Amino acid sequence: MPRTRPKHLDLTKIRLPLPALVSILHRVSGAALFLCMPFLLWLWQESLASQQRFEQFKGVASLWAVKLVLIGLLWAYLHHLCAGIRHLALDLDIGTELAAARASSWAVLVVSLGLTLVAGVMIW
Amino acid sequence: MVKREVIGAHYGLRDWLAQRVTAVVMAVYTLLLIVALLGLPRLDFQHWKALWELPLMRFATVLFASCLLLHAWVGVRNIFMDYIKPTGLRLTLYALVILALIWFGVWTVQILWGV
Repeated sequence: MPRTRPKHLDLTKIRLPLPALVSILHRVSGAALFLCMPFLLWLWQESLASQQRFEQFKGVASLWAVKLVLIGLLWAYLHHLCAGIRHLALDLDIGTELAAARASSWAVLVVSLGLTLVAGVMIW
Repeated sequence: MVKREVIGAHYGLRDWLAQRVTAVVMAVYTLLLIVALLGLPRLDFQHWKALWELPLMRFATVLFASCLLLHAWVGVRNIFMDYIKPTGLRLTLYALVILALIWFGVWTVQILWGV
């Protein structure tokens, strides 16, 4: 009788272990930051162009939708940074045991979300 | 002992190292920027503009931007290598990304020097 092995290659059925979630978010956040670079450069340009355009920049940046996007990008940056630091530690053979790797994955998620929350409150 | 021939371009280790060196530079810059922002007396146009006119800030930002562009190139290229299988399409996307990154670099210098 042929064995029917459970093959869950359906993406909606795969349950990602925590380190894998941190890993794919590292990739997603990096891609998002790259794609949004023109937007960020444009905002930076407007903020420095002149007094008048600085005021306009503040107007744009205070729209709630823009704030939401900026906080999302801030999270992307912080997650990418924290996951990157974790990656450097793994490269140095620090924290490669399963328990430590899970713990540091939690730390990446918690620290990046926590810092986003703090900065988000300050921005809002 | 079997002497194995490594196939393919020999840029793997170099890019791996570049990705990490640029990451460390950007992490240090991030701390510097946070300190500089928290040190601003007020976030108004004069203080904001003066911050970016400091020679140290300009130098550090150009260094950061250079690292960012190299880092983004390696990262985006890796994503394309994983998901975009048709060679022609992949190479076209590489070319577009390179052009975009050069554009971002020139733009950054323009903003910093107020052209």
